Amino acid sequence: MRILEQIRMSILMLFRRRSQAARLDEELQFHLDQQMKENIARGMTPLQARSAAMRSFGNPTLLRDQARSHWIWNGMEKLLRDLRYGARTLARSPGFTVVSILVLVLGIGATTSLFTIVRAVLLKPLPFADPDKLVMIYEHFREATSGDGFNVVAAGDFREWRQQTHGFQDMAAYRNYGFNLTGEHSELPEVVQAGAGSWNLLSVLGVQPALGRAFMPEEDQPEANHVAMLSWSLFQRRFSGDASVLGKQIHLDSTPYTIVGVLPAWFVYPDAHIQVWVPYAQTFPPDIYDMHDTHQSYVIARLRPDVSAAAAIKEVSAVQYRLHLANASKAVAEDAVIRPMIDDVVQNVKTPLIVLLCSVGCMLLIACLNVSNLLVARAAARRKEVAVRGALGGSRLTLIREQMTESLLICFVGGALGVLLSLLATSWLAGHWQALPRAESIHVDGTVLAFSIGLVFVTALLAGLVPAISSTGEGVLAALQESSRSIGGSASRAMLRKTMLTAEIALTVVLLVSAGLLFKSFLHLRTADLGCITDRVLTVQYGLPDKQYDTREKVLAFHQSLLERVRRLPGVRAAALVSTPPGGGYEGDRIFTIPEHPSSSFSLQNDALNRTADPQYFTVMQIPLIRGRFFTDHERLMNDRFIIISRKFEEQFFAGDNPIGRHVRVNWGGKLDNYEIIGVVGDTLYDVTEPVKATMYFPILSGIPTETGSAAIVARSTGDPVALSIPIQQQVAALDPALPVYDVLTMQQILGKSTASQSFSATLLVAFATLSLVLAGVGLYGVLSYLVTQRVVEIGIRIALGAQRGEVLRLVLLDGLRPVFIGLAIGLAGGAVAGILIRSILYGTSAFDPVVLIAMVGCLLLTAVLACILPAIRASRIEPIQALRTE
Amino acid sequence: MGKPSDLVQGTLDLLVLKTLSLEPKHGWAIAKRIQQITNEVLQVQQGSLYPALHRLEQQGWIRAKWSETETGRQAKFYSLTAAGRVQLEREMESWSRLSTAINLVVEGA
Repeated sequence: MRILEQIRMSILMLFRRRSQAARLDEELQFHLDQQMKENIARGMTPLQARSAAMRSFGNPTLLRDQARSHWIWNGMEKLLRDLRYGARTLARSPGFTVVSILVLVLGIGATTSLFTIVRAVLLKPLPFADPDKLVMIYEHFREATSGDGFNVVAAGDFREWRQQTHGFQDMAAYRNYGFNLTGEHSELPEVVQAGAGSWNLLSVLGVQPALGRAFMPEEDQPEANHVAMLSWSLFQRRFSGDASVLGKQIHLDSTPYTIVGVLPAWFVYPDAHIQVWVPYAQTFPPDIYDMHDTHQSYVIARLRPDVSAAAAIKEVSAVQYRLHLANASKAVAEDAVIRPMIDDVVQNVKTPLIVLLCSVGCMLLIACLNVSNLLVARAAARRKEVAVRGALGGSRLTLIREQMTESLLICFVGGALGVLLSLLATSWLAGHWQALPRAESIHVDGTVLAFSIGLVFVTALLAGLVPAISSTGEGVLAALQESSRSIGGSASRAMLRKTMLTAEIALTVVLLVSAGLLFKSFLHLRTADLGCITDRVLTVQYGLPDKQYDTREKVLAFHQSLLERVRRLPGVRAAALVSTPPGGGYEGDRIFTIPEHPSSSFSLQNDALNRTADPQYFTVMQIPLIRGRFFTDHERLMNDRFIIISRKFEEQFFAGDNPIGRHVRVNWGGKLDNYEIIGVVGDTLYDVTEPVKATMYFPILSGIPTETGSAAIVARSTGDPVALSIPIQQQVAALDPALPVYDVLTMQQILGKSTASQSFSATLLVAFATLSLVLAGVGLYGVLSYLVTQRVVEIGIRIALGAQRGEVLRLVLLDGLRPVFIGLAIGLAGGAVAGILIRSILYGTSAFDPVVLIAMVGCLLLTAVLACILPAIRASRIEPIQALRTE
Repeated sequence: MGKPSDLVQGTLDLLVLKTLSLEPKHGWAIAKRIQQITNEVLQVQQGSLYPALHRLEQQGWIRAKWSETETGRQAKFYSLTAAGRVQLEREMESWSRLSTAINLVVEGA
């Protein structure tokens, strides 16, 4: 019953509020009339009766408000009223409103986007069963001087670990592999990246195939039947999602593989490039499958609930140490180390992502300070109004709430638009960030929306609370008495604004320094000297499958005919063959000994990158000959015991000794042999972000199928090198229609590819820093303009009393630049800390790079002077007469 | 003496509900009635009467209706709802417990 009554009332109060208000007035009027009637009955005159009644009745407006305060929906009514007031005040100064909203749209939009990405990439658990229990195991060489101490695992080691230890539920391994994929009929050939996974890989991860089954233990053997699992994308793309493909065959490197399963669409581990999976053991020649010193595999293990990670890895390490002792002369690591799988997946992007998130956070903070600053200025202009309202009984809370509503309104509009912006920005970022792991899991969801709503509230509080509290707290009289002629009356508020400005400048400097460092490091990468010509060079990769190209003669014949054909193409100035062009990646290294240095036994330090090259390669790529000679056409087939070394190789292993005629003993083509050094050439970088590494070149004309089957043709063109790509592919197809090419890239593109992610984060950070600089400039300008307006009369008097205009200019300028200098000092200290924190993603740039520091300080000072000079000039042009007249 | 602030906390609701339990009345009449019955000891001020009336109405204890007074003027008459009667019982009960307790202290000590 009572519920019904209450519902009736709330409906009445919601929809008939206005008539209810009129009724309330009538009710009170009735009471007043009754009182007057009674007074008249007591013998008063109507006038007396009226004033007596009014006296006893009290303040009717207050009474009405008190009665109304008990109505349902009262809170909402207040809120609506505040919103209306807020919107009206904001509409009166559209410039301020638009600028503040824009600033916040950018701040909130960028922060939300970065948060979305950070959450999806760094914070979300991996999409596997019980992912916290998954770890990666690596080998660890105690004397290794390069790398991060996490070395990929040898197949032999993995197998020993799995058999001999019991600390993990299970252990699986995979390695990256590549195939030429051809169809049974004459479908176009293509190169596919493949994963070779042990049979239990999917069960360790807790993944079920979408179709068919995973590999069987008996299929994961070197000589077993060939089977394959397709990735969802290959299944859709090449087999148009036809489930009848199960049990059919595909040709990988000309060998038929039976398709046994299809992986689910979401399964993109280790990355989206893997198109097909084959059993781990089948990708090894039997001897390498047992070896402990040929490292290539990634090992995933699942922790047991009852065994700690430390205990489990200790057992593996013990096994590894026994293996190390048993293979004393070989590169077998001493220890095994462990890290969570999620860390493994995100290790390359963790720092850049956190740097970017911090920088957008800084930018948002700067935006808040700016809006806050602008609000303080507005509050200052309205202090008399506020004081009068306070005097008339407006409670401080109401006044604060009203000002807060203004900042809330700005933040809500900014926030709503910001979230919209971030929807666009997030997908753009995820799409353009090369090599961002887990990019497929990035999308906006409830948590992200909750985050941005929280962000809006925090922003509103930050931006609104300081001005609201500071402007309502002061004595009524003080505010009312203060005329525009008084000088320094608003000193405390100017102080507040200057403090906020200092914070803003300091944050900006930190951002500028970080951005400057990243940008310089990126420039350093872009202009890095690869050690060879990069202009107008096209590279085309191909890999000859061992099955058809099984003799030295066949491989050599293909390479030679291709070279001849390409060299005859119009537009080709020169062409050569190399296993991997400079900048094309690490690819492979070999450990060797030098027979002429008898002391040298096995050492981890004795390893160098191995490349194969044809006689003309160095001339074509303009890699200088330092001593000795290049290969000739005579170093071919079985006459292949010759190598050329790089300058770094010479420095590292032949310090002060002439290497020509010396030998390198190395396992090449499956057997250990001595190779005579015939030449020394200049260094090239295998990756612009990595230091130079010693390199040895073997003759590609030896045609050893396992060592020279994979090659890149490098062609220098007279015009645009891209124009050569189709003609060269046609020549390859003319020689072998089933042979696909891949990585058709110009040298410039190879450079761009390896610097893409640095370029991305550097560009973004520079954009954020620039925006912050503009914001700080706007803030500075705003504060100074306000101060000048406040001091018009004072300055007028000074000028009237004979102050020089130059003096006034200096006064105002210094006033504005003081917070800049303080902020600069704080910011430089912060920038130094930031520089140290981001050191791991800087290349060839010190954290205290003087050029960057000077440039950034210059940038900031220039902006600050520009922002200050206008108000200062305005101040110096003040006409005393006019100034004194303004009141 | 007799100012509304002197009313024991929460008793105004009881007084209003009790006054309305006999017949519907408008605000003026409620104030007059309380004044008369208590021999002018309790004077309910407008400042607390109308907020109280509106609060009780919003809570569903009383219900308002506009009708004519004896003099033919429109006035807002409040009457108890069924829930209000139950509430009145409850308030009276707790009042008598409270006053008995206070009496025990005052007379016994």
